[in-house]
Amino acid sequence: MSAIDKLFQQLRADGRKAFMPFVTAGDPDLDFTAEVIRTLAARGASMCELGIPYSDPIADGPVIQASYTRALDRGARLDQILRMVGSLSTDVTAPIVTMVSYSIVYRHGLEAYVADAKRAGVAGAIVPDLPHDEAGPLADIAQREDFSLIQLVTPTTPRDRAVQIAEQTTGFIYYVSVTGITGERTSLPAELVDNVSWLREHTELPICIGFGISRPEHVRALRDVADGLIVGSALVRRIAQAAEKSRDEVLAEIGAYVGELVEAL
Amino acid sequence: MSASNKVPDAAGRFGPFGGRYVPETLIRALDELAIEYDRARVEPSFQEELDDLLAHYVGRPSPLYHAARLSDTLGGAQIYLKREDLNHTGAHKINNTLGQALLTVRMGKHRVIAETGAGQHGVATATACARFGLECIVYMGAEDIRRQKPNVFSMKLLGAEVRPVETGSRTLRDAINEAMRDWMSSVETTHYCLGSVVGPHPFPRIVRDFQSVIGRETRRQCLEQLGRLPEAIIACVGGGSNAAGMFYPFIEDEGVELLGVEPGGRSNRPGDHAATLSYGRPGVLHGSFSYVMQDDDGQTCDVHSVSAGLDYPGTGPEHSYWKDSGRVIYSPVSDDEVLAAFDTLARTEGILPALESAHAVARAIQLAPTRKPDEALVVCLSGRGDKDAAEVARLRGEEI
Repeated sequence: MSAIDKLFQQLRADGRKAFMPFVTAGDPDLDFTAEVIRTLAARGASMCELGIPYSDPIADGPVIQASYTRALDRGARLDQILRMVGSLSTDVTAPIVTMVSYSIVYRHGLEAYVADAKRAGVAGAIVPDLPHDEAGPLADIAQREDFSLIQLVTPTTPRDRAVQIAEQTTGFIYYVSVTGITGERTSLPAELVDNVSWLREHTELPICIGFGISRPEHVRALRDVADGLIVGSALVRRIAQAAEKSRDEVLAEIGAYVGELVEAL
Repeated sequence: MSASNKVPDAAGRFGPFGGRYVPETLIRALDELAIEYDRARVEPSFQEELDDLLAHYVGRPSPLYHAARLSDTLGGAQIYLKREDLNHTGAHKINNTLGQALLTVRMGKHRVIAETGAGQHGVATATACARFGLECIVYMGAEDIRRQKPNVFSMKLLGAEVRPVETGSRTLRDAINEAMRDWMSSVETTHYCLGSVVGPHPFPRIVRDFQSVIGRETRRQCLEQLGRLPEAIIACVGGGSNAAGMFYPFIEDEGVELLGVEPGGRSNRPGDHAATLSYGRPGVLHGSFSYVMQDDDGQTCDVHSVSAGLDYPGTGPEHSYWKDSGRVIYSPVSDDEVLAAFDTLARTEGILPALESAHAVARAIQLAPTRKPDEALVVCLSGRGDKDAAEVARLRGEEI
């Protein structure tokens, strides 16, 4: 049982939902990322999704793209990112999963990626450009190592395929709310709740919804159907202000924002 | 290992290369495209419609021209030019865009997006969309827009919207990223008309098949004009669509040497060239497992080429397969050799080649003197050089 499985077991037993923020590792530097993760955990984040910066992210909108560029320009590297995660293990209990391109996983080596991430205390990975059909080799290693391989279901996924994806997924299913790239949206598709409800009847796995979620009203609309909600760009946009504002101010703003969303959950 | 022409398999694999490394959002559209293409290619009416367009709209077959003065000047093998530069729109790219436009119409989609480097694929896509009444949006790196102004204006004249891409290196690679992001949101109504043999399955296969008209014609023309197949065939390789279309019909003709020419740029140091097959290694980029230029962390490297159409850190998975099997030999030529070849062809034959195609000419100029006068070298002259005149002038410090 991975740390994520235990987390959802506990949340379900308590009748609670997961709040899962996304932050880019190394934006603007790894010390600040560690501070941000501590703040998020203190304000009620149940898990944290850590974006490993990549030079060519095709599923990401301008906000996360720009954060990846800032992190890479400052020289963020995978080994340093994992070391930073390792340094959090003494004071952050919320599981951390990496959002990482398969380009990076492949270059690092599949076995080595899982081993090194686990050693740093990472509980799992979301690999957005590794669809179900190509995921076999990594899924086998992840299964053996009890490392969660979280896979994505989207509005364009046919239902029979969604069921197959669920069978190969561990940890939780990442349900992508919209047909599109990451980024804040004012409203979410009307059919989202029905689609997630349908999938829930076909899998025991927890289902977390991400992409576009940024407002307390989104959280209230989705909390009943989901096991957890993921917020990325809205947070990354606030972190980007670290270029102009003091870090303490940014942390305070992030804390207040997350507090508001957690309250709506 | 020997190369087969029975690739890719159903999963889009050329040996170990290829596949589909893209977000789940795009999978259904890729499945639909593969199914529609499989249906279309066995329907005689589809091939007839495409052949009719290639004959009467594009002007095919393109000539196989004996460059006798160039050959005499070099004093060795006879050089033949496959004149893709004489196609409508001035390059081989139209062979593919007409085929994909027909598929777009069959799929009931009305909007087309494309990436472009040199602008040749952008112009060819805009042309096919105008011909079929489809909305057309072309993503182009800001640096390439600067280098290839004439093509940018042509696209606008043809009714396409050109969207400048300001991210990353502002070249072809970033234009592909931006087109993919557009497709992530628009996939239900939009076809992504990819311009090279790269990207996720089924694109490498579809583009190769549509471009294979180049090699099929060349084969027939060699038999008619020479009475035999040539000793060697030379084509430039960035993403590799003209080379794939030229080489594929010859893969099982083991007596024919196949030579891919890569952009060697300023030097063999990282960042100075875009010779992915010569200096890169297998990895994942833009939806496919193939040779790439990446650092040890899996980040894509910046690359350089004098030609915008070859300025790309990846290459098609079938080229990776041909390289590892030894069927095609890939090697780089430098920017300076390319510019010299551009001049030589202009002055000996009265033909301005595209800077991309001038890479293949440069290799032929090196190779011909080492071969016997009764040998034949075929060069794929993939495009015309008018678009490059201003850039060549700039590189020489001349005002025009």
